[in-house]
Amino acid sequence: MEQLFSLLDSTIRVATPLVLAALAGMFSERSGVVDIGLEGKMLVAAFAAAAAAFVTHSPWLGLLAGIMASVSLAMVHAFVSVTYNGNQLISGMAINTIASGITPVLGLAWFQQGGNTPQLDDDSRFHDISLPFADALSNVPLVGHVYSKLLSGHSILVYLTILIIPVVSWVVYRSRFGLRLRAVGENPHAADTAGVSVARVRYIALFWGGVLCGMAGTFLSVYQTGSFIKEMTAGKGFLALAALIFGKWRPLPAVLGCLLFAFADALQIRLEGVDLPVVGQIPSQAIQVIPYVLTVLLLAGFVGRAVAPKAIGVPFVKSR
Amino acid sequence: MKFGQPSTLPRWAQLTVLPVLNLLAALLVTGLVTWLIGEDPWECLQLLVSGAFGSGEGIGYTLFYTTGFIFTGLAVATAFHAGLFNIGGEGQAYLAGLGVTLVVLAFDHTLPPMVLVPLCILAAMGFGAAWAFVPGWLQAKRGSHIVVTTIMFNFIAYSLMLYLIGHHLIEAGSQNPTTREFGQASWIPAIHQVAAGMGISLPSTPLNLTFVMALLACGLFYLLVWHSRWGFQLRTVGVNESAARYAGINVSKTIILAMCVSGALSGFAAINELLGSTHRMNVSFTNGVGFVGIAVALMGRNHPVGIILSALLFGGLTQGGLELSFEKPVITREMIIFIQGLIILFCGALENLFEPFIAGLFKRKEDK
Repeated sequence: MEQLFSLLDSTIRVATPLVLAALAGMFSERSGVVDIGLEGKMLVAAFAAAAAAFVTHSPWLGLLAGIMASVSLAMVHAFVSVTYNGNQLISGMAINTIASGITPVLGLAWFQQGGNTPQLDDDSRFHDISLPFADALSNVPLVGHVYSKLLSGHSILVYLTILIIPVVSWVVYRSRFGLRLRAVGENPHAADTAGVSVARVRYIALFWGGVLCGMAGTFLSVYQTGSFIKEMTAGKGFLALAALIFGKWRPLPAVLGCLLFAFADALQIRLEGVDLPVVGQIPSQAIQVIPYVLTVLLLAGFVGRAVAPKAIGVPFVKSR
Repeated sequence: MKFGQPSTLPRWAQLTVLPVLNLLAALLVTGLVTWLIGEDPWECLQLLVSGAFGSGEGIGYTLFYTTGFIFTGLAVATAFHAGLFNIGGEGQAYLAGLGVTLVVLAFDHTLPPMVLVPLCILAAMGFGAAWAFVPGWLQAKRGSHIVVTTIMFNFIAYSLMLYLIGHHLIEAGSQNPTTREFGQASWIPAIHQVAAGMGISLPSTPLNLTFVMALLACGLFYLLVWHSRWGFQLRTVGVNESAARYAGINVSKTIILAMCVSGALSGFAAINELLGSTHRMNVSFTNGVGFVGIAVALMGRNHPVGIILSALLFGGLTQGGLELSFEKPVITREMIIFIQGLIILFCGALENLFEPFIAGLFKRKEDK
């Protein structure tokens, strides 16, 4: 039981940045702009947040800096994809490459620690917070356990993320903006005829994508490790992209995908070197590879079928 | 699919003036960042150029790096001509390394070099092509997007190789995840050894005969893409898939074959690195060569001459950057990755950005 709780607990921790990034990708891709730059945006956010938190001793200013850095890259992507009608895939690739180049360069110049940022002290990090009555309820069977061991004791960012999930879901499916977002991603010409500014909707979508990626990056550096480490996103942006495809570009299934991948990750750490009955030791790589293989199978339609928004990747040129 | 603003410049200017302007924009931003972190950009540029081209040794290393970049650049360009964006060059080169290693470990003490090396090259091409075949097949037959699939295949390749090297190919008793040293029979002769055989003395560098193969590959690439039936089909599919289908071209076959050729070309990057220089395989031998290929192809506008020039630029940046980092500890290898990203941005995503600013110049000339 204890083990199960700690497994689920780390699942939540691993899943949080994935969920934020996947939702960021959803905004962008639902508006018709491919976003393979999630990874890069998370990375610059992680760096900017750690650097700002170290200098100002405030995790909140760190979060702000992270979001600003991520949004500025998102706006570069928006300029290329929306204003200039450029190739969105190449732009995303450029963002990833620029991010993995610029972060260690600035890190080394500013902090002289091999491209990383110094370890943050306690005041400048996000902390685990106990929910009210967590201690009192910890002895109540099941409900109390779930509440005090699983739900309580996470960073404020985790709780924010839990709030964001229904909000995003509502925005996409129930709000006026969501309707426009989906219309622009499926058939921009029809949306344009109806008087919706395709460019405006796409810019807004990419902006919110930038904000969410900023939060994801901040979570990694200012909460999880307490410093920026070179290449610390380590493919999480692509994992989020995989989860987004896994969820067929819908918010709740994408979140589910993130939880599944995070669970696999948490499980893999615990299975390292453990002899299982029948199969023996499972190499950790075999579990790491699951999300990627699943995504390939899904895209190919062998297991269900993931169909992307129709207008994805195609620049919108207003008909005259 | 056409991206960006269409260019109205004469073709020669599109191929020369615009890439140079894009490169200058990328270097300008780099200079700005260099200045921001408190270094003198001009001095750094001088150090970089002299590190890359200032000595025989420097040139040797520059050309060694250039070799790998030419191959991955050609690989990306082949796919581009078919309208495919192959991000998987890294994974394909990685798997090609596996093919090379398996052949070498099995035969390096039994086969003579004249048999072993060609066998290794075939293995590299085969493994690289096979790793590109699957995404190509999935794109052609199942409609799954090549970019996402190749990204996923890069990660799968990485996990697979980590497992194989860590558990099976690792040198017995070694702590580092590398294979044993390859037997001498598999080593591709270095240029300085070949030159010494002819009585010319060159500094000792890892530059090897793979470089000659790279230049030959560029020539073959030109003939294949612009002067063969298959090349015509390739470019037709790339420009307009429906038109190609109406013209009776087998689109699926062309796409799959384009990806296989692309993967096979990436495989040569592994040959250059493993048989030409390190003579053993470790977990990080590709070191981003597949990703540099993207920048090389974009900047070289998918033409072999452009690819050679931009591969030379990246070779110079890699070697000069290493030298620069000895002089200026603040500027590391990552600065080169940053430049690479900027070049992908300006030459790839914003290729005609400066067109409106110079279009006026060309108009006036024509009016006169």
